Amino acid sequence: MDTCIQAVGLVKRFGGTTALDGVDLEVPTGSILGVLGPNGAGKTTAVRILATLSWPDEGSVRVAGHDALRDPVTVRGLIGLTGQYASVDEELTGRENLELIGQLLRMPSREWRARARELVERFDLVEAGNRPVKTYSGGMRRRIDLAASLVGRPRVLYLDEPTTGLDPRSRGDLWRIVRELADDGTTVLLTTQYLEEADELADRITVIDHGRVVAEGSPQELKRTTGSQTLHVRPVDSADIDRVAGLVTDLLGSRPVLSSDGTTITAPTDDPVLLSSLVRSLDQRAIATDELALRLPSLDDVFFSLTGRPLPDHTTEESPA
Amino acid sequence: MSAPTLAAPAPALNPEARRRIGVFEGLGHSLTLAKRNLRYVARTPATLIDTVIQPVLFLLVFVFLFGGAISGGWQDYLQTLVPGLMVQITMYASMGTGMALSTDISKGVFDRFRSLPIARSAPLVGAVLGDIIRYVVAVTVLLLLAFALGFRIQTDPLSALLACVLVIVFGLTLCWLSVLVGMVVASPQAVPGVATAVILPLTFGSNIFADPQTMPHWLEVWTGINPVSYFVDTVRGLMIGGPVAEPLAVSLVAVAVCHAVLLPIAVRAYLRKVR
Repeated sequence: MDTCIQAVGLVKRFGGTTALDGVDLEVPTGSILGVLGPNGAGKTTAVRILATLSWPDEGSVRVAGHDALRDPVTVRGLIGLTGQYASVDEELTGRENLELIGQLLRMPSREWRARARELVERFDLVEAGNRPVKTYSGGMRRRIDLAASLVGRPRVLYLDEPTTGLDPRSRGDLWRIVRELADDGTTVLLTTQYLEEADELADRITVIDHGRVVAEGSPQELKRTTGSQTLHVRPVDSADIDRVAGLVTDLLGSRPVLSSDGTTITAPTDDPVLLSSLVRSLDQRAIATDELALRLPSLDDVFFSLTGRPLPDHTTEESPA
Repeated sequence: MSAPTLAAPAPALNPEARRRIGVFEGLGHSLTLAKRNLRYVARTPATLIDTVIQPVLFLLVFVFLFGGAISGGWQDYLQTLVPGLMVQITMYASMGTGMALSTDISKGVFDRFRSLPIARSAPLVGAVLGDIIRYVVAVTVLLLLAFALGFRIQTDPLSALLACVLVIVFGLTLCWLSVLVGMVVASPQAVPGVATAVILPLTFGSNIFADPQTMPHWLEVWTGINPVSYFVDTVRGLMIGGPVAEPLAVSLVAVAVCHAVLLPIAVRAYLRKVR
């Protein structure tokens, strides 16, 4: 597979602050890269540079073989961009917005009409397409933003936090569309604060923190980098919980963590034979379990172990109250 | 999966190749965006209310309220006021350009355009071109009402038409000031305030509403410096008769100077946003 998006050593300073401090990104053609990081990590700055909206102080960007810094016009002809800042005109209808972009791309009139029609159908905006965008719900708004970035059939799509603030259903709708686009061969770079989103969509993930890449790999690889796995045990009868805790303590040599509702025991472990030993012990004492598993750590755990901080919880930023 | 590279050579990419957008292509982009601004105006007539109401209000208030006091009878005042008001309302209308651009920037529409392979100047040129219609609307409303109240062109239709064209040129000159304000001010809401602060001394400190000879000396001196006064004299001359050549010459110099000074500053401020 060849490389579609390649950024090397991106540095961007705003006054005294360094937003990007030598970021490398690489996205193979037709794949989805998730750029994961908390607010202010530099994700948006990176996307703006890749989309030719901003120039880096240092570094180079190639998109589909073209130098984005030397030949931005060609690159603009290849990319689509969706983010909070690259928006549509709220006063125009959804359809008019799509048609306007088709006209700006100098499509023949028959083609931009057909393309706008096709996109409103695909994005379930047929009725809403004739209303001004300012009347749209949050989910419709993101769909028209995404549709607007697809008018020119881009080979490369940048999605900057495409589902921030969306309800779970709208988020699921958008994920489905992004997956379809990638299946059609579009190269996608998406930034997100949601581990779940990166886990769900991305072939590979780059974790950015304070303007630096702190980890890179497939979701599986990243989960493995934290080393230990986690043991989960939930006895059928919660009265057995103390006995189970005792058994695990004997096997591990340290006390496991009891969940707040008192039904589940979890414990980090590197011991590959722990599970089989535990199964035997439970069997001998005739303790039945609903759940008995070794799990890879979640991406939340990965982020924590990489940065020493948890990812900001997404519910907190939307409702400061 | 390392495919033999000889079989299918990648399309040769010249690293020096650089796509540029031609003047005509760029003009096409600008016209498309100008059409968007027109559609926007047609869609939300409220955006024109300023442009329409201002001339009506100014005309009615000044003619009927102050007309008698200023020149002894409102009918006479109407004749001298209308050409001046043509200039004034175009100034107000021109302030919409900076506001519209500033709104596009704050709402993210601007970045959408910038992410497309279009001329960098297109959003700016489109906004300016689209705004000509606002000047035309404003001047038309004013003249229709003025005619209804009894205003008459005392020269010939061609001169009057030339006066209208000059007024629009004047609007286009000032819109660079508006663009500059729109680029420098942080939010679109702040544009009208700053713009009014600039326009007020230019309009009221001129010969639009009253004879400068009735003013205190310092204000009279200012009206003599203010290029707006010369514009008003030109338009008056062309519509109701009077000397044209001298004020027209001063006006054209003022337009040229404004373009030479304001245009590069405004475009630079704009390009800083575009980059």
